[in-house]
Amino acid sequence: MDTQAIARIIDKYHGEPSSLIQVLLEIQADCHWLPGEALELVAERLRVPMSRIRHIATFYKAFSLVPKGRHEVHVCMGTACHVRGAPRILERLTDLTGLQPGETDLELKVTLETVNCLGCCALGPVMVVNGKTHGKLSPAAAADVMKTYE
Amino acid sequence: MSDVTLQIDGKQVAAPAGATVLDAASAAGIVIPTLCHHERLAPFGGCRLCVVELESRGQHRLVASCAHPVEPDLVVRTRSDKIDRIRKSLVELLLAHAPDSTRLKELAREYGADRDRFEPAEGFCVHCGLCVRYCAEIKKLHAVGFIDRGIRKEISFLPEIASRECAGCKECFPLCPTSYLQAAYVLVEALAFPPPPSTR
Repeated sequence: MDTQAIARIIDKYHGEPSSLIQVLLEIQADCHWLPGEALELVAERLRVPMSRIRHIATFYKAFSLVPKGRHEVHVCMGTACHVRGAPRILERLTDLTGLQPGETDLELKVTLETVNCLGCCALGPVMVVNGKTHGKLSPAAAADVMKTYE
Repeated sequence: MSDVTLQIDGKQVAAPAGATVLDAASAAGIVIPTLCHHERLAPFGGCRLCVVELESRGQHRLVASCAHPVEPDLVVRTRSDKIDRIRKSLVELLLAHAPDSTRLKELAREYGADRDRFEPAEGFCVHCGLCVRYCAEIKKLHAVGFIDRGIRKEISFLPEIASRECAGCKECFPLCPTSYLQAAYVLVEALAFPPPPSTR
């Protein structure tokens, strides 16, 4: 982990304690997780107690205290996607990656997650990889999408 | 600051502007039950046991009196069938977490709450936040905090700070209505900074 990169992110916000969530979001985007050393640096520079940082970091699902993969795969399990075959998409992806929802592979390539609704039910079944939405999937199409990410 | 006059349970009460309804009531000798309230801490409004009925400009509202500021000509009722019913349910929900808490048993007797109404729930913490807020606001140590959210929310000591500060303080222990805090402390102590055998 690059301490200087973290320090640069924090300095962008001029040590303003109220920018805590923005700082954490940027660290999460850069590192794909919130390393302990980074949080200590944030606590020191923003003068925010560690207990509050921990509260926020565990409250929001956007934050992770364990390393996540370079590619974050979110499979929608909402009602519309469910009836259109989301469980089969998920099954195919767990077969392909060997991961259960919430898990990350040892090479830190992929994190597989399920979400309850992505809000674009007309595109169901849907999955989002690194923020890009892939809709009207079949299990085979989902597997093809995964092959495009290295 | 100028005083505000309001009516609590039919009594005319004067309170300084900015005071809460709970402050005004206790100054007038009217008891409102509380669990998460502490006079030295900022209002939290967590337990809702201090719920009262307000009447202003012909409208009725239920508010947490510990967090609601006084207003001129407010009419407050601190006991009614409706309020008692709400408090009874609140106590029953709290009892699902901490069925043997002395404070909750007292409240259960007063409001006729049935400790078995709800299935016993995991975790003896009732999330009153007294320990977390006391440590943060008064001691400024931040040795204990909340983690996670919703049904998984719990209090958690930070071992780095707790190992340094807690042994000589423990001022939050008597505040806890359920004794869960002590258990959480003993657990973190055993895991992160066990005392040498001779001092036990």
